[in-house]
This record gives sequence, structure tokens and C-alpha cells, in this order.
Amino acid sequence: MWYFISPKVVFGEDALDYLSEVKGKRALVVTDKVVRELAAERVAEKLREAGLDIEFYDEVEAEPSTSSVARGLEVARRLQPDLIVAVGGGSCIDTAKAIWALYENPELSIEDIAPLAELKLREKARLIAVPTTSGTGSEATWAAVITDPAEHRKMELAHHELVPDIAVVDPSLAKTMPPKLTAATGMDVLAHAIEAYVSQWANDFTDGLALKAIELVFRYLPRAYRSPDDMEAREKMHNAATIAGLAFSNSMIGVAHALAHSIGGLFKIPHGEAVGMCLPYTIEYDLPEAEDRLEQIAHHLRLSYTSRREAGLKLADEARRLLSEMGLPATLAERGVAESELEENMDKLVRLAMSSGGTTINPRIPSEEDYRKLFRYIYEGRRVDF
Amino acid sequence: MSGKYRFPSEEWIKAFKEELNRNKEYEEAAKDWEGDFLFVITPDEGLDKEYCFYVDLYHGKCRDARVVASRDEVKTEFVYEGPYSNWKKLIRGEIDPIKGLLTRKFKLKGNMAKVMRYTKAAKLLVETASRVPTEFV
Repeated sequence: MWYFISPKVVFGEDALDYLSEVKGKRALVVTDKVVRELAAERVAEKLREAGLDIEFYDEVEAEPSTSSVARGLEVARRLQPDLIVAVGGGSCIDTAKAIWALYENPELSIEDIAPLAELKLREKARLIAVPTTSGTGSEATWAAVITDPAEHRKMELAHHELVPDIAVVDPSLAKTMPPKLTAATGMDVLAHAIEAYVSQWANDFTDGLALKAIELVFRYLPRAYRSPDDMEAREKMHNAATIAGLAFSNSMIGVAHALAHSIGGLFKIPHGEAVGMCLPYTIEYDLPEAEDRLEQIAHHLRLSYTSRREAGLKLADEARRLLSEMGLPATLAERGVAESELEENMDKLVRLAMSSGGTTINPRIPSEEDYRKLFRYIYEGRRVDF
Repeated sequence: MSGKYRFPSEEWIKAFKEELNRNKEYEEAAKDWEGDFLFVITPDEGLDKEYCFYVDLYHGKCRDARVVASRDEVKTEFVYEGPYSNWKKLIRGEIDPIKGLLTRKFKLKGNMAKVMRYTKAAKLLVETASRVPTEFV
């Protein structure tokens, strides 16, 4: 037995108009200061048309911490909204999810937002997610990543109830993304889709979504990166992000995310960049256990190869080609991490990766030694050969 | 008995303890784990009464594993509970231990966040149970 959980997805040009019809009295709009100017005011205007009173919480940080959540929670407790509307990238949506969960469950602490918790939701408010980046897919998932600043640890909060009620996927909101952000968030989409497809929990309901998202990324991400005004590419990437979100939320992420959450938290590397960097290495690492699934992806992309192993390696090379085409770092050294810094933090990096949900559901489950090697190979840029 | 241990029984849980203490991969994955469990097998499919195992796991080793007369006999940090039919599937490798919890085939009482940080150890724990030669009632 397993589930497929999805929000109602409103997508395409003018999807934002849907918000002028939502029911409610008071909405808390969770965003950051930049997105507030670029997009959240447009969202608020639609909500006002629907007759809602609006209050903003616009203090979400990039790679949000527990204090971002705590400040937003204070606003929610004072305002008592019946609608929480997250507008932004993964940081804003994840923060809104955590605020929502704690607003509805005041007896819980943030660490309690775990898959098996008794989480009451939707008794006080519903959650609408409006993504402005084409990346995390958080608008469609039951996960939220919040950083514990004391430990430099990315907490992977997750609960089936955390899936937003409605995802409004309007491509016009993504067109202001600068090229570097387009590139990094796009690599996150690719990692979600590939990891969802090779996951031990991959299933008939997620396979098609994952393959479609992979196809869309390879076809449209370079275009969206090179030509920010190419609205077809923007729309396809915006859709790909939500599709990949649905795929991995109903199967699972894997080792690329476990590695990326570790290095992202410790070396302050934005998530998309970190996971994009780790992806080719994890494709190679997964090969011994996931040759057939990786070959299916390569086949879907019409790559040419003569063996399953070669198909997997070509897929890893295609991911590296995308990184290079978009000027993203392919190694930790390129990203400016010193070797001494890596070695000093190695035990912590490994410990964090081992405790990630991505570790256990990955097709090949790494040992601590595997993780040590993977971090070093990612530092040096070596093809994984173990 | 054909070299197999009947599940649930004192012999089975002792065999599980020995198998777990031989498992180096589990030892590594659970090297920082401290916490004891009560495994509760509720009756169905031919099992006539509830069985409970006390299992004390500490730093990658199983320090103690035994049958207890009832769930009230010991107080443990965690309680992992499910019907006999689901325990059979778990031991046969037909249920993923984490999925089993998420789909409520098993119930876990205790600090969920702590367990979710040791999912690899949990998986290896169950795989170890699959290695015990087992016969069911």
C-alpha cells in the first residue's frame, strides 16, 4: 500500500487569476522582501479582489532558519488567518509550511514535524503555494527544509498533511529569475526527477511524472537560462518543477539530496547549486544498483549507448554538460571550498548525510566510507569508480 | 524443528540478537543510537495472544533481547507495534519498515524525529530479522 498525494494544481498563463476566487477572511502572505516587490503584491491584489484582508510576513531568509519560522509564527498567532499563502521559492514555501504546522499545533516544536507525528492541519487555515522559482517543487510536496543555525544542519521536515491545498503555478512569476538562479533551480528539478525515478519507492504513479520532468529540463532549461524572456521555456520549466515535485514527493529523494543538504548547510551553498553539483556523481554511484532505471532515462532522452552502464555514464555526462553550459560549479573546489575545510568538516558532513531520509531510500545505500569518498570525489571532480 | 526458530518466541528473539550483533553494517549505522524498544505483536492469523519483545539497542549493539510477559512489564523509550500478519510480511521483506510506519501498518510510540534520523539503522535492523531462519505459527 502507498499513497499518491497532490494539491489542486492551477497552472498556465493567468493562473494567478484563480486567487481572486478563493474563499476566506484573513490571509497571511509569507514571502521575502525581494519577492514581495516582484510578485507577492500581485498575489495580494488578487486576494483582495476575493475580499480577503491581507497581512505580509516578508522576513523569510534564503535557506530559512528556525528563527524565520518563529517570527512568522508570531504574526500568524496574532493575525489568526484562515488562509496562509506562500509566495516565493522553496525558502518561502517551506517556511510557510512550518508556520502553518505550528500555528495549527501549538503544542508541537519544529522538530516534531515528522512523518509519524499526529499533525492536525486545516482546522484553522488552508495553505496555498505560489512558486516564483522553477525548482524546489515545494508547492507540491510534503517536505520542508529548515536550517537549524546552531548545528548548521538542514532539518528535513516531512508529513503527508503538509502538502499544500492549492498550488498556483503561473509562469509569469518565474520570468524575473536571473540566469544563475534559473540554472541552479533547474538543476534541482533534474535531481528531483532522476532521484524519484531511481528511488526504491518509485512507483507507477510517479514514473511518468519523473520522465516527463527530466525531458522538459533537458529541452527547456538551457533556453530559459540563455533567454530569460523565452516564455515557452519559462512555462515548461515552471511546470517541470511542480511535476518533479509531485514525483519525488510520492517516491523519494536520494543521495544527491543527502549530500547537498550536508554541504549546503555547512558551506552555505544554495541548494540548487549544491544538488546540481552532486547529481552526476550520484548517478555514477547508483549505477551498480540502478542500471536498468538509469538506462530507461537515457533511452527516454534518446542518448546513444551500447550498454546499460554506458547509458548511465552518458546520463551523468549530460548532467555535467548542463552544469558547464550554465556556468555552475561541478566540483567543491570550483565552488571555492578549501580541501582543508572539507577534511575538517568531514565527520559532520558524513553524519548529516547518514541521517538524511535520502540515504535509506536511495537504490544504493551508502556506508560512511562511501560518503567520505563521495565528498572527496565531488571535491576533486573525479568520476565515481567504486 | 528443522533449524528454524518459531516466531514469536524466546528462541527467535535470542537468535535475532546474535544475528544483529554480528551485523557490522548495522553496527556502523547505529553507532550513536541509544534507546530501547518494546516490539508488540498483536494477535491475528493464528496467533492466539499478544507477544512482546524487549530489545535494548545501544551504540550499534543489542545489549538485551527477551520475551516479556506483557506490555506493562517494562517501560521503554519506543514501542513498535503491529499485527502478527504484518510482522510476518516485515520479516519476509515484503514490507519496507519505514513505509510500514507511514502507511500505519505499524505504530511507533516515542520520539519520531529521533527514529527518522536513523532510518538506515532501522532498515538494517529489519533486514537482520529476515536473516533469522524463521517458522511462523
